[in-house]
Amino acid sequence: MFSRDRWQEIFDTIKKNKLRTFLSGFTVTLGILIFTVLFGMGNGLKNAFMEFFMDDATNTFFIFPGRTTEPYRGFKQGRRIQFRNDDVEDIKKDFAYFLDYISPNIQRRGMVKYQGESNTYSVGGVGPSYRLNEKTIMMKGRYLNQHDIDNRTKVAVIGRLVERDLFGKDANAIGEYIVFNNVAYKVVGVFQDDGGDNEERVLYVPYTTLQLVEKNNDEISRIVLGYDTSIGHAGAMAFERSLTEYLKDKHNIAPEDRSGIFIRNLADIVQQNMMFANVIQMVVLLVGIGTLIAGVIGISNIMVFVVKERTKELGVRKALGATPWSVIGLVLQESVFITAIAGYIGLVIGILILRSMGDSLEDYFIVNPSVGVGTLVGATVILIFFGALAGYIPARRAARIKPIVALRDE
Amino acid sequence: MIEIKDLHKSYRTGSNSLHVLKGINFSVKEGELVAIMGSSGSGKSTLLNILGMLDGYDTGSYHLDGVLIKDLNETKAANYRNKFLGFIFQSFNLINYKSAWENVALPLYYQRIKRKERKDRALHHLETVGLKPWAEHLPSELSGGQKQRVAIARAMAAEPKVLLADEPTGALDSVTSHEVMALIQKINDEGRTILVVTHEEDIAHMCKRIVHLKDGVIVSDEFVEQQRAEANV
Repeated sequence: MFSRDRWQEIFDTIKKNKLRTFLSGFTVTLGILIFTVLFGMGNGLKNAFMEFFMDDATNTFFIFPGRTTEPYRGFKQGRRIQFRNDDVEDIKKDFAYFLDYISPNIQRRGMVKYQGESNTYSVGGVGPSYRLNEKTIMMKGRYLNQHDIDNRTKVAVIGRLVERDLFGKDANAIGEYIVFNNVAYKVVGVFQDDGGDNEERVLYVPYTTLQLVEKNNDEISRIVLGYDTSIGHAGAMAFERSLTEYLKDKHNIAPEDRSGIFIRNLADIVQQNMMFANVIQMVVLLVGIGTLIAGVIGISNIMVFVVKERTKELGVRKALGATPWSVIGLVLQESVFITAIAGYIGLVIGILILRSMGDSLEDYFIVNPSVGVGTLVGATVILIFFGALAGYIPARRAARIKPIVALRDE
Repeated sequence: MIEIKDLHKSYRTGSNSLHVLKGINFSVKEGELVAIMGSSGSGKSTLLNILGMLDGYDTGSYHLDGVLIKDLNETKAANYRNKFLGFIFQSFNLINYKSAWENVALPLYYQRIKRKERKDRALHHLETVGLKPWAEHLPSELSGGQKQRVAIARAMAAEPKVLLADEPTGALDSVTSHEVMALIQKINDEGRTILVVTHEEDIAHMCKRIVHLKDGVIVSDEFVEQQRAEANV
């Protein structure tokens, strides 16, 4: 089957039938090319989704207060729920086993000034552990610490772009004072965040300070917590349920009231989005496989045509002593050889296209489009297999050619 | 060399059965040059196909060089064809994308002979038919007579016991026909057994023996005075 002479014979045939070879190879090249590019783009989409979510921790619950819709324990319906500092303390105390970190969060938005410059930013009143949620990276200085919280110091940590906007390029904001809501804060740190520009146009101040300068109360707008990842997905779900129950009881909300408290589980949201990305990739994969099948059918068609065209030649070969198996081998080996080479060419072109694309389609949510080696090898092997299968039916028909029929003069 | 006894062959087309060969008794000794004649439908092509193991037969027996040829599977038939027989066709049947010597070497390829030796032997046979200078040419670059000479060289390449020629001059003009027949006579002079199917009287008379077929039976079988083809060239 793999003797040098057979290869010689196949190379001779290919060399002297270039158009035929090109035609049968072309569909395969195209099929693999489209498959590679589509699959790579699918992967790119998935990468984009990944990048979108992975800059924030995914073991996060956001807890929002709502408004009750049912009367309970003597309270009327329509009551607004308000979280306070002791909610954080209580959760910390009663759910210590599940917790990785917990931080209150007060969200404000407003004008921030430094000397002549000013701009509108979101300002978060947070605790030190809030940093674990956003996965912020400190460039200069420090983040908020417990001392800031306890003493209600007037310090701020600002995003990279806030520094650039207000202080200008290459300036150092550390130690300078900025003004928000008529209160001056000393900048103690500058951070960066992979989540994009919006997450770098943010300032953080101690939540206790914000409470003090605003109304001197202990109200917080939401609670952010991270659970210990070792409890797993099921553990997180259970934690979410018991936490909801706990807070409803504490705030006198009816157990079946769905709008008193909301918990957003980021892991669930990420999972839903990843599922969406996976579905898209499945669709892309199906389209790709469809293209491959079209390519295979293309080979099969061309092999049928080739065998028909070669009927006479194969008849002569049989008259000269070619056995049926040597005829099958000849046709099949040629088809597999062409398929493999053409597939490889398609593969290389596809990968080059994906490479040249790079991150230029980032705006369309395609990041680093690429195809795994395993997928590629798999696709090629499948293609060769189907190429052989597609070639086998015509090849067997070729082997059945009766020399007398083939040699009969028209 | 060839022994045929009471050979019957019929073709079934649907419910009809066409009895083509109705009891052929026929033998050929080594070194003979036999013409098989007959009008179309006489069964001469069928007989040649059976002789060439390209087709089977129903009853009777066919021995080639002492070997019974009956109900062979395809692989065995292919091997016997390769070893025992050389074919010459009316339309030459050269492979059009192979050069003259590659065509000649093809039977040797199926004997698994090494490429270098194949080429040497092919060139030798091309030399005997006087076409060595054309060894690297494609069939399309050769004239009809040259093509048939290449085909004869190919038939000779595997040193077969019997050459079977089906209307070898059917596609050629009379001058080239005589050239080709001269070559066949020369090969026969060297002792090769050759069967020629033809419907042309003058071609038949260049053989040593003429067998007439009519409606599936041999109506006459006689030795004739051989006319040398060279005389007519």
